[in-house]
Amino acid sequence: MIDSQLLERHGLKADEYERIVTCIGREPNLTELGIFSVMWSEHCSYKSSRVYLRTLPTEGPQVLQGPGENAGAIDIGDGLAAVFKIESHNHPSFIEPYQGAATGVGGIIRDIFTMGARPIALLNSLRFGPLDAPGTRRLLEGVVAGIAGYGNSIGIPTIGGEIAFEPSYAGNPLVNVFCLGIAKASDIIKGVASGAGNAVYYVGAKTGRDGIHGATMASAEFDDKSADKRPAVQVGDPFMEKLLLEACLEVMRTDTLVGIQDMGAAGLTCSTTEMGSRGGAGVEIDVSLVPQRESGMTPYEIMLSESQERMLLVVKKGREAEVERIFDKWDLHAVRIGAVTSDGLLRVTDHGRVVAEIPNRALTDDAPVYRRPVEPPSYLAEVQSLDLDALGTVPSGNDALLMLAGSPTIASKRWAYRQYDHMVQTNTVNLPGLGAGVVRVKGTDRALAMSVDGNGRYCYLDPYRGAMLAVAEATRNVACAGARPLGATNCLNFGNPERPAIMWQFARVVEGIGEACQALGVPITGGNVSLYNETDGRAIYPTPVIGVVGLLEHGNRVLDGRFHGSGDIVMLLGEGLGELGGSEYLKTAHSLVRGVPPAIDLIAERAMQHLIVALADARLIRSAHDCSDGGVAVALAECCFGSGGVGVEVAIEGLNVSSDVGVNEAAALFGESASRVIASTTPDKLTEVLHAAAAAGVPARVIGETGGNLLRMFVGGRIAINMPLADAERAWSSTIEQYFVKRVA
Amino acid sequence: MKFAIVTFPGSNCDQDAYHAARDVLGEEAEYLWHKDTDLKGADVIVLPGGFAHGDYLRCGAMARFSPIMREVQRFAARGGPVLGICNGFQVLLEAGLLPGAMLRNQSLKFRCEHVHIRVEQIDTPFTAACRKDQVLKIPIAHGEGNYFAEPDVIARLERNRQVVFRYTTPDGEVADAANPNGSAAAIAGLCSEARNVVGLMPHPERACESVLGSADGLVIFESVVQSLKSGGLVARA
Repeated sequence: MIDSQLLERHGLKADEYERIVTCIGREPNLTELGIFSVMWSEHCSYKSSRVYLRTLPTEGPQVLQGPGENAGAIDIGDGLAAVFKIESHNHPSFIEPYQGAATGVGGIIRDIFTMGARPIALLNSLRFGPLDAPGTRRLLEGVVAGIAGYGNSIGIPTIGGEIAFEPSYAGNPLVNVFCLGIAKASDIIKGVASGAGNAVYYVGAKTGRDGIHGATMASAEFDDKSADKRPAVQVGDPFMEKLLLEACLEVMRTDTLVGIQDMGAAGLTCSTTEMGSRGGAGVEIDVSLVPQRESGMTPYEIMLSESQERMLLVVKKGREAEVERIFDKWDLHAVRIGAVTSDGLLRVTDHGRVVAEIPNRALTDDAPVYRRPVEPPSYLAEVQSLDLDALGTVPSGNDALLMLAGSPTIASKRWAYRQYDHMVQTNTVNLPGLGAGVVRVKGTDRALAMSVDGNGRYCYLDPYRGAMLAVAEATRNVACAGARPLGATNCLNFGNPERPAIMWQFARVVEGIGEACQALGVPITGGNVSLYNETDGRAIYPTPVIGVVGLLEHGNRVLDGRFHGSGDIVMLLGEGLGELGGSEYLKTAHSLVRGVPPAIDLIAERAMQHLIVALADARLIRSAHDCSDGGVAVALAECCFGSGGVGVEVAIEGLNVSSDVGVNEAAALFGESASRVIASTTPDKLTEVLHAAAAAGVPARVIGETGGNLLRMFVGGRIAINMPLADAERAWSSTIEQYFVKRVA
Repeated sequence: MKFAIVTFPGSNCDQDAYHAARDVLGEEAEYLWHKDTDLKGADVIVLPGGFAHGDYLRCGAMARFSPIMREVQRFAARGGPVLGICNGFQVLLEAGLLPGAMLRNQSLKFRCEHVHIRVEQIDTPFTAACRKDQVLKIPIAHGEGNYFAEPDVIARLERNRQVVFRYTTPDGEVADAANPNGSAAAIAGLCSEARNVVGLMPHPERACESVLGSADGLVIFESVVQSLKSGGLVARA
């Protein structure tokens, strides 16, 4: 008997239930209700976000595969494709940080090798509450260990990422993981089922009761009962996935497959439905044939289980033995559980008895699509106003730099990345901590740079601008490695879309991403939306995380963000306007989250990025470092950190944004105006660099020279920062580690 | 010269060792599947890094039972050069080809970073081209690399000059701060009494090209090529 309580447990609204009845012309049975509930969940159906996502730019000559498949793909030359995607695992990671993060990594890796690509790099973007807040260290430690545990074991290097700390994530951390793989462009394989009579195979781990309703859980807010949802978090087995990865890639080389898909969210249900739907076919499976870890599982449980490390394959007729032989070699058991049909139905049987029969279309195309009400949040006007004359006592330049360098969001993330195997596969050209992650592509001269970026605080203050700045920062980071940005993937983390203010944030963010991606030449090739990131009614900052992939035709011309020795000329490219709104400085030194984030001129940004890539390609600069959190001063300090103790002395122009001298100085040093880069070059190449910048219309000025062991920065002729580099580096490198040392002591 | 690299299910540095031997060194290289029972005419055998069989029980504990290990044992007994890297070193310990055991790192955390190791012995096939006391910058990547053996075993290893590599500072000094995992006597690598079996936790195959941050590991592979070509080693598979 289907009643309102049962619907509520399935996360279905009354009108959605009526829609189900209309779609299939009868009342569903319990198994069918379960199947609908996961396929129509926010997580699988994108019902609130779809109308906006459609507006994103997804095309370009370099795009080999846009959104809609397991991952996107771009052409990187030499007949090769970079296959990549980002995905969230926020909700599971809050409930069980180690397994939540580990299975997030496992899931995104499957999405990549499912396309026929060998995964060669992982990145992650993490958000937590303040480091000193209760629970943060446990979550951070668990998440980092989970990422390490899975990625290290399977042998895919974690080459970079970001971690930020803000109170809004205290009850709802974000764990976004990005994976990139390489495939021959001609060998990309898709998640389609077609050709009636072709066998449907199941391979990988056995199905258990873990993760039932994971997709529905990820589509609900948290409250004090969330800890009870632990059984909905899956347990990862990286060894099994390593076997699957190698075996599947071996099978894919044989031309025996019609299609393949991993079983991620909504498990067997989603994979059978989506494969059938994409191929315009039906799929019929018998759940009694599905390998099971537990006894007495019902068809409902088998169809909804989210046990990890499972794949669904459609094999060409007559080639079954070849496929089975390869899986046998890897001690994996490929089991035939059904066949492709021509009737467009998902038909589930149990020992031959039909237990569910639903048109694929009803589960996919006919799923509800909502244009939910939008309304600007009431907090905006208040938080956007910022009076720079009323900041109160302003810390000295030295003190402010130490504060910022030691603030957890800016501080070195070595504590985390030294736990990740970032060198396995012997491709890692730029080690973590130097800006974008860079891997070479073996067998070619090429290299790929990649970066994941996002600033939730900016998006809270102005979602449209914040989103554009996120795209700009990710592309700029890639350009600063010398790589031409080619494509992007996005992970959109928001609160409850049923609240108009949240939906407004979402709409504005997508608008900003779309405009910036268009202007900067990076089509969106796929991604993921994570809504309902709220605990007890408090939403996270709207947090789009943008992953960008760029190409270096000549991998040996790669740049990093460090200074490389004394006597180099230091240049500031771009214009500083002293914008302090939403800055790390205001937050750290004045405990203020106010103002509007920096303005961005996408045309100027594009010119800047083209210039950096051209300068790198012509070997005219030795380093490039983008200015973001903490402005010019922090960027300069970071150029010195990890350079082996090379200091710097610069003079930058004074600004007049306030009546207070100290504030003006802070704005020049720590303002976060967009589209700026610190670059260094040797004196003999300076003229050429300045000439190129002028030709590109990019403001460029020499601000100083590398050398010595001090950080010295003049603003408008006055010395503002003057300290031993080692002092700043100590603050930067020890912050996060110290939090963990303290606990042991 | 033919390198054979053993792939266990869960090995994940087999392709890196293959790349180093074939593409960087320019020697012949071939994979051996763990169920193989034939060494395919290999001159030198590499047990690569990774998580053989998932290492859910104890690192290397399952891998020693793979069919190929019987052949590796025989090859080693005939004096053939065998190199165990990271998980491969752990497998050699479990198989009894080298003495001692690995504990979890003192930090209880996985560690991946460049470290420095000092070459203590140059009369092994994998260090013959090194200078004595040469310091190599080579990365580690492991959670269980804290070498342990009873004091009398350590004393015997020292007496027999079986400690091949030790963790040191960049200047070659043994110091607690330069020991990344708490290994007894700062041991990073060992050889067998007959000296032809060498195991080490750092990854020389990850340090064979300067573009990766160090090419100091190449000398370990060059050593075995030199040893075999000079006829100092005669065993063949």
